[in-house]
Amino acid sequence: MEDLKNFIDKVGYPRLIIGGFLLILCILAAVLAIPIPGLLGDILTRVGMNGILVLAMVPAIQAGAGLNFALPLGIVCGLIGALISIEFKLGGFTGFITALLVAIPLSAIAGYFYGQMLNRIKGQEMTVGTYVGFSVVSGMCIFWLLAPFRSPELIWAYGGTGLRVTVSLESTIDKVLNNFLSFSIAGVRVPTGLLAFFALCCFAVWLFGKTKSGAIMNAAGANEKFAIATGINVNQQRILGIVLSTVLAAIGIIVYSQSFGFLQLYNAPLYSAFPAVAAVLIGGASIKKATISHVIIGTFLFQALLVVSLPVINILADGSMSEVIRIIISNGIILYALTRKTGGDLT
Amino acid sequence: MTTEYLLQIDNVSKEYSGNRVLKGVTINIKPGEVHGLVGENGAGKSTLMNILFGMSVIHDTGGYEGNIIIDGNIVNPKTPKESMELGIGMVHQEFMLIPGFSVTENIKLNREVTKDNLFSRILGPKMKTLDFKKMGKDGREALDKLGMSIDEWMPVAGLPVGYMQFVEIAREIDKENLKLLVFDEPTAVLAESEADRFLKIVRKLADLGIAILFISHRLDEIIEITDNITVLRDGEVVSNLATKDADVHKIAELMVGRKLEQTIIKKTRDEREKEDYILELEDLYVDMPGEKVKALNLKVHRGEILGIGGLGGQGKIGVANGIMGLYPTTGKILKNGIPLPLNQPKKALDSGLAFVTEDRRGVGLLLDDSIEHNIAISALQIKNKFLKKLANINMMNEKEIRQHALEMIKELDIRCTGPKQLTRRLSGGNQQKVCIARALTLDPDIVLVSEPTRGIDVGAKKIVLDLLVKLNKELGMTVIITSSELAELRSVSDRIAIVFEGKLEGVLAPDASDVDFGLMMAGEYGKEEVS
Repeated sequence: MEDLKNFIDKVGYPRLIIGGFLLILCILAAVLAIPIPGLLGDILTRVGMNGILVLAMVPAIQAGAGLNFALPLGIVCGLIGALISIEFKLGGFTGFITALLVAIPLSAIAGYFYGQMLNRIKGQEMTVGTYVGFSVVSGMCIFWLLAPFRSPELIWAYGGTGLRVTVSLESTIDKVLNNFLSFSIAGVRVPTGLLAFFALCCFAVWLFGKTKSGAIMNAAGANEKFAIATGINVNQQRILGIVLSTVLAAIGIIVYSQSFGFLQLYNAPLYSAFPAVAAVLIGGASIKKATISHVIIGTFLFQALLVVSLPVINILADGSMSEVIRIIISNGIILYALTRKTGGDLT
Repeated sequence: MTTEYLLQIDNVSKEYSGNRVLKGVTINIKPGEVHGLVGENGAGKSTLMNILFGMSVIHDTGGYEGNIIIDGNIVNPKTPKESMELGIGMVHQEFMLIPGFSVTENIKLNREVTKDNLFSRILGPKMKTLDFKKMGKDGREALDKLGMSIDEWMPVAGLPVGYMQFVEIAREIDKENLKLLVFDEPTAVLAESEADRFLKIVRKLADLGIAILFISHRLDEIIEITDNITVLRDGEVVSNLATKDADVHKIAELMVGRKLEQTIIKKTRDEREKEDYILELEDLYVDMPGEKVKALNLKVHRGEILGIGGLGGQGKIGVANGIMGLYPTTGKILKNGIPLPLNQPKKALDSGLAFVTEDRRGVGLLLDDSIEHNIAISALQIKNKFLKKLANINMMNEKEIRQHALEMIKELDIRCTGPKQLTRRLSGGNQQKVCIARALTLDPDIVLVSEPTRGIDVGAKKIVLDLLVKLNKELGMTVIITSSELAELRSVSDRIAIVFEGKLEGVLAPDASDVDFGLMMAGEYGKEEVS
């Protein structure tokens, strides 16, 4: 009994519940003879495409600004980067890298000003962030309509100004990472480039945590009073964390889009922060502490749940049920995790 | 049992997890008597009051022994409500008033006079209308009893502090069954003229037949107003005397007592060059809530251990926090004769100061980080220690950090499972050692230590104090210890500065008499010399 309790304490309820639910679904999938290799390939792809967006939560949490609900802020910057690379008809890796080069400075600037704002409303970052995210998405709707893009790939088929709601990437950066060095093993398609890029980003964030700046930022986030007494400029560190988070969000959406094959504009990024928040919390993070392992575990559990539940529940119940159950579970986990001070101890 | 006494605290003892904070305390108070209760911080006054008010902290920690007797009946209140119904009232140290409400509304809070209306007849008593006219009348009456002329409908916000205190008293005397009124440091926030007026009112209340229990650090006040005095020390009643037999000296001596097993280290230091000051504070003001420093002047000799003592709330804690720039500070701080920029913790740290805070868990530690990081982080930030270059980026040198942490763990005898253990899981004493280790890693020439032994057990206390002495002796570090425990200061310091009401009351040698310490802590020392 004591061992069981220790085990639960170590793993944390969110991970245990989601893990258990996933296990049941997997067993059902096997029983229902749903092709496993296909599912595995899907999981790997989805982990790679969503991982960086989840990773974007880490610097913000470490800097003490809580979960970055203003993820759409970085996402629109990433979209602008991708659009510009398409406007200049850049495809493949050139297009991908151009998109990043445009998006990163843009998102850094946006993150800087957002960080300035958050420093004035300490303690309410998550509520304010949610609405900043919503506002930015709505504000950008006007931009998408008025932006002077000319490429026929981007504007409505019947001409005029204004961007399409979804822009196909087929002729440009579609799956550049997914297909890079990808191979199939036992029927499972492994998107090597995509996973490698995710791993690279994780490594960069991990490495940053080992630098002086990273250590100081962590300290500022962990205990503001402590940081002040140690002569750390807390506000500056918080801005640093927000900038990093926003930049990662911009990179994240470009990676996501190239895998998805489309850029989604207008209202599409509206709720984009929520799956990322749910994933990192399921991974065992709390609003005070997040590590790379939380990101990887959380992204895997969340995306695996998504991939496996769809076919299983479609067979067992009404088609729309899987979506409903998934939303109840993931939002329930957000709610649970937000009421906790700490996540699991397993790092 | 006689019923001559209104309140009898009969042989009350209380234990907090094995630590006896009250030992057989007996106090008797007659109706109309003003009874003084004095004692140092931690003597057990608050615990006694908590018992009297049936506060939940008492009952959550295993209750108490002995009896509370009112009018000859054993009552032992279990909840604050019960004790209120028994006629015990309290005027708090902090004002428990709602600023946006008027004076009357505050007086009548939760005891509003109501009358029926249509809705209340249907929906029950919660819907009754407030009878403002009657409430105003009651409020006026209570204020008149205190000789207060303010309008009973004025909002409380914006009233002078002294008036707020009177409103609190008015609230208590408005209770019809009030028998015993407890004042906890009532004059601490009052100006002198207000305090005089206040004392007159206390007398007047006593003449109405209300028994008054008066807790104060101001001994002259106690002498002036009370009929009898009980002195508590270390949870024991050391004396129960009539005020007419007492004087300030006697009480001061009783309060401090000779509780110290004389282990004062014989100072073999030569007469230092008198002018060699490492730190000079001139006209220092620190706006730290509850520990304000007001125009303090103090000079610290190079290489000494200076103790800063005084009662809680008098500002001793504010001194070190002000020097480190953690609370808004004005005045002048000279380090080696060079002015130190104020309100900038980084500058203070850069100049070779290190600080071990009194708020260990709040300010002193990254609780969810490892011991090794906690030890290294300040030096990493301030001194750029423990760094290595990787492609021109400053990386933490984890190996060096680990090695340093292991050395510190060994040297300071930090009991832990290893350098990776989270500091949250350490005991108070070991957490304190981690804080000290961090300060030492900065290689400071002055280390400021606040309340180094608060909340840690006896064994660890000794280790921490010995360590500070060792640092001073072997490394020549100047150590400034702020502590509420006088005995502790006397056992390690070369000189002890006593702070009273935000000012330096005086500096004493550790072997000065108890009377002097007692008088200084009560702010009576200067007055003596003048008269």
